[in-house]
Formats: sequence, C-alpha cells, structure tokens
Amino acid sequence: MKRDIILSGVGGQGILSIATIIGDAAMNKGMFIKQAEVHGMSQRGGDVHSHLRISDEQIASDLIGIGCADLIISMEPMEALRYKPSLKKGGWIVTSKTPFVNIPNYPDVEKIYEELRKIGNVILVDAEEIAKANQMSRSVNMILLGAAADALGLDVKTLSESVARIFGAKGKEIVEMNVRALQLGAEQK
Amino acid sequence: MSEKQLLLGDHAIALGALHAGLSGVYAYPGTPSTEITEYIQLSPLARERKVHSRWCTNEKTAMEAALGMSFAGKRALVCMKHVGMNVCADPFVNSGMTGVNGGVVVVAADDPSMHSSQDEQDSRFYGKFAMIPTFEPSTQQDAYNMVQSAFELSESLKLPVLLRVVTRMAHSRAVVTTNSSIRDCNKLNPSENWRDWVLLPVNARKKNDMLTALQPKLHELSDKSEFNIQNKKGNGKKGIIACGIAYNYVMENVADMQEYDILRISQYPLPTEKIRSMASRCDSILVVEDGQPFVEEQLLGVLPHSIEIKGRLSGALPRTGELNPDNVRVALGLKAHEHAEPSETVVARPPALCQGCGHRSVYDAINNVIRNKYPDTKVFGDIGCYTLGALPPFSALSSCVDMGASITMAKGAADAGLEHAIAIIGDSTFTHSGMTGLLDAINENAAITVIISDNLTTAMTGGQDSAGLNKYEAICLGLGLDRNHLHVVEPLPKNMDEITRVITEELEYRGLSVIIPRRECIQTLSRKMKKQNAK
Repeated sequence: MKRDIILSGVGGQGILSIATIIGDAAMNKGMFIKQAEVHGMSQRGGDVHSHLRISDEQIASDLIGIGCADLIISMEPMEALRYKPSLKKGGWIVTSKTPFVNIPNYPDVEKIYEELRKIGNVILVDAEEIAKANQMSRSVNMILLGAAADALGLDVKTLSESVARIFGAKGKEIVEMNVRALQLGAEQK
Repeated sequence: MSEKQLLLGDHAIALGALHAGLSGVYAYPGTPSTEITEYIQLSPLARERKVHSRWCTNEKTAMEAALGMSFAGKRALVCMKHVGMNVCADPFVNSGMTGVNGGVVVVAADDPSMHSSQDEQDSRFYGKFAMIPTFEPSTQQDAYNMVQSAFELSESLKLPVLLRVVTRMAHSRAVVTTNSSIRDCNKLNPSENWRDWVLLPVNARKKNDMLTALQPKLHELSDKSEFNIQNKKGNGKKGIIACGIAYNYVMENVADMQEYDILRISQYPLPTEKIRSMASRCDSILVVEDGQPFVEEQLLGVLPHSIEIKGRLSGALPRTGELNPDNVRVALGLKAHEHAEPSETVVARPPALCQGCGHRSVYDAINNVIRNKYPDTKVFGDIGCYTLGALPPFSALSSCVDMGASITMAKGAADAGLEHAIAIIGDSTFTHSGMTGLLDAINENAAITVIISDNLTTAMTGGQDSAGLNKYEAICLGLGLDRNHLHVVEPLPKNMDEITRVITEELEYRGLSVIIPRRECIQTLSRKMKKQNAK
C-alpha cells in the first residue's frame, strides 16, 4: 500500500497532530514514512501544509510531486482547494466545512464548496459542529482524521491505537475523547 | 540497544551527536535549525551527561564557545540557520586555521526558497572557503549517521566539519534506526600546543600551509567516502550528479528512465576522481543541487570542456528556489505529471502578527505619530515577528536587512540628515546584534529613537529564552544612555495615548532615546496558562 497525502490548514489548527497519528500508525504497520512540515514564520496565521507519504516500499522524495497526491486532508475548505493541482486524477479530498476567516478578502465559501464538489471525490465534514455537539472542541482534527480513515487505507482501530500512544501522557480522558472523535468522523460519509 | 524512531531531520542530527559523545551544543535559534538544540535540551541522556545546551546570545558566541570546548578536549556541536554563518564567519573560518582538539561539527541549515529567511545563500561555500570537509545528508538516517562520522573525521583530521542541511531535510520526518551502542563523552584534555591556537602571523602562516597541504587528502577522502555513492542502470551516457536532498528528487523519478549513471555527492570537497571518471564515460552531466550552483560552477570553470554540463546555470533547472520532484523530473527529460490548474478562487493567506500581540500596539502608536505629527519619519526594522509590521494593515517599515541593522541604519540615515528616524528591534535580536550598534549611537548621541519591543522571548522561532531577559534597562544605561531618555511602556490598546505621546516627544528630542514597550508574547503566555491549568 502507498498513500501520498497533503495535509493543509491554517497555523494552529492541528494538522501536525494529524500527521503524527498517521505516522505512528504507519510505523506500527512496518511501513516507510516521509513527512515534510512547515515551521517558522509561515505559521503566524498563514496557510500551512505538510506532505505525508506512507508506503510499503522505500520512499525517495520528501515532497509529493504535482498531480501525485492520493488524498488531501484539510482543516479548512479554501486551504483544501489551494492544493487542487497536487491531487491526482481520482484522488480524494477530506476537508472541514468551516472557513477560517482571518483575511479581508476571503472568497464566497459557497463558491469554494462548489469547486471542491466539482473535483469529484470530496467529503465535506462539519467537524466543528460535530465537535461542539459532543463537547470536544479541541478534537476537530481527530474528527477529520476519522472521516479520512477509508481514503487513507487505515482503519479506525489502528488509528485509535496510535491516539492512545501519542496522547497517552495527557491522560485517559483525553485519549477516550479523541478516540470517540475518530469514530464520529468515520461515520461521516 | 538499536531501535527505530520516527525523527525530524533536526532531531536525527541531535540524537546522532548525543550518541557520538557530545558534551555541548552551542546555538542561537533560527529556522530551520532550532529543533536540533531543543531536542538536546529535552533529552534525558543529555541531562544525565550534563551536556551544555543553553541558548547563546548569537552564532559568533556559539562558535567560539564550541571552539573552547574543543580546546578542552570535548566534542561540541554548533547549530544555526544559514545567515547565522555570516555572523560567526570570523571564528568559523579561523577554526579551520586553529584546527580542533575535541571534535567540532557545525550545522548550517539553509533555506532555499526562503520559507523563513531573507536570502538563499548556500553554506557549502563556507565549507570551501574555510577549506574544511562538508557533509550533506539525503535522508534522516544519513543525518544521524553522518554527524557521528563527522565527529570521527573531525578528530582524526583535527579540523572542524561542516554539516549542511536544507529546510526539507531539517523539517522532514522519517524512520531512523539508531546505533546499538552509545559512545562515551571525551574526558577533559586541554590542548597543550599553544602554537595551534594562537593565530599570530608567525603561527598562522604555518597553520595555513598545513591546511592547504591537507586539501588533496580531503579530495581523496571524498572519493573514498561511503556517502558518495554511485548508482547505474543500463549503458547510461547521461551522467547525473545529485547532491544531498536533491538525490531524493532524482530517485523519485528514475523508475521512468531507461538508463542513468548517478553520482550522489554527500561529502565535499568534490570527489574529483569519481567526477573525472563519470566525465570519461558520459556525454553530458546534469548537476542537481539545492541552493546555489556550487558544484556546477566548479565543473564548468570558464574554458571550453569536452562534455555538456547542465544544471541551474544552463537553465535545465530553475536558477533560484528550491528543487522538487517536479522541476527535477523535467530536467531529467521526463514528461511532467498530469495535474489540474490552481483554483482562481483561492487567495493568499499571508502570515500576520497574532491577535493580542504587543507588537501590534507598538505599530499602531508609531503610525499615529507618523499620521498626525511627523509624516517624514522613517522606521528601520529588524528580524523577528515584528518584521510583519512591513505588511498591511501596518505597512510601517522602510527596511529590514539583518540582525541588528535597525539601529545602525537609523543612525546612518540620521547622519545623512534624516530628521525623524525610528529603529524597531526585538529583545532577543537586540542582544544578538543590536547592543554594539546602540553603543555607536550613544557615543555620538545620534538623533534617533530606538524601540526595543520586548516580549520576553525569542518568539518567531517558537519561544526560546531571550539572553537579555530583565536586563534591557541596565544594558542601555550601562552603555551610557541618558536616563531621562529611557522609557518603559506597556503596549496595550488602553495605553495608546501615553505610548504615542512618548514616541512623539522622543522624536522631537535631538539626541538618542530608547523606548522599551514590554509585554509577554501572547503565544508563550497562553502555553504557560495551559500548563498551569493542567496542573
């Protein structure tokens, strides 16, 4: 199995936690991993993205070529659309529906949804609403990850084990909440 | 025990150094190098071994302290971003002259495409300039292994070794298999040979001859290096030289090629015999290197040559910007992957100062003064989060060049006759390279207003300790500043009138003043609160 994944969002939305969980899950399955991140100035409220590659075979490049991504997971709809050229034909987009508006010229969000839907395999997740309804406002990213599980080729059980390992130090409650967030996400199809 | 870990390139370097028996890391934070030192600061092994890891005031003090540790016989690591190499160039280049006692490895993290930097300089030139070996990893595993080899080489040659990485190596994760054993730290063993370390001309000339005479051996070591590998398919007449991370982008594409003849270069100076041998069997050589055309230029020279050499200079690859699997693919003569065009709906989302950040109030006050009182004012900026004051909604800065340049440029402009000059500099940048410039300005009582915007941390790189914490008034007064022209304010919107008044008055004063707006960085503050709430 091989998946080339673009993770995107706005600085502080938690895309690196998503990457950490996927990375841990892949490593435990004995897969190869490469993950290029953005640190530094670009984080200050700007757009952030990460290239995450997991494969049964050795991976050469840290970056994913244009038109080669199997999947885009985005915490924000415009940030999902930004990486449209990265997506391969037939690839998937899993994105949160809620726009993060910190610029004066943010486009009409309906137009963004429309363009996303045109691309084809798109799952628009109302992750923030789900998080609010379930009192888990800090687990929006895990809801999204749950929704992407199928496209990732990793099951919720595997991802949950990684959540337990990564968030273990934060206590049982945090682990349970994030596992539930994964499950809630996985139900969104 | 050997184990597998998912490590950031920076973390692989840090762990490799610790496993090589490191006694001290010396560094100033700078993207993309910061995480090396942070890893060591949090490492239980480093704590157990009492490895020095406190941040330094700047890269020059870091390099010199590392050289001192080496003099005393122990292994030291120096880490910085590429432009930090300029700051420590004096001790760095001269460490090639003194040589080392305990091993010294200098890590320079370059930032092609300038994700978080003001230029794209290629640190490999510094390695050549100082005439020392340079390593350049392609993978995180390489990074882990190479830093250990670099320490061994450093001690066997008695020379410092440069390890050059780029953003995509520093900030990319992969699985690394660690050693089964960890080397002990060196014992205290100060050098007894003063002639090695006292670079009086009489000694320096001898050292210079020795270093120069060593160069053929360094080329030979590169030719034999296990890191400079060859990789061939078919009867390739198309030679490819790929350096460091660029090798990955070549390998990503080779499955689609019928034949190739690749030489990966990860140890410099150039492996001259390997390159000559490639030239004798190939019709052309494509040089794929991230950064500047360092290898390509050395191969080209200015006189005609028998084979075609392609790369960034020939136009086969873009002249500037970082390499990626796509531009390398085209340079290899392969068809680009099919892809969709970018959406026209998407707009840019530039970085901005955080909501609630104290720098915001400082810029609001400066802009009030400019708008209502002195429209001729020029504001000289510096390096840090507050450089974002150059962008809307503030659009306040006229310059930003290098660490500390705000104060000295404001002074120079005032010398030239500019009536109202403001320098704005952060607390950490001020101690890094602003203090000496302030002394120049104080000595001439230059008519400039220096604003040290103090958020109690090195914020842009993620909140590292600031070397002058709680000492800024004392530093300014100690340098000779008139106490009547030193002001501390709290940059909050409710204090806007007061801050605006202080800036206006000091701009009117025909001498030097320092205003210190002081309020903790909103990011470090919220992290602290979170920690407290968790307890």
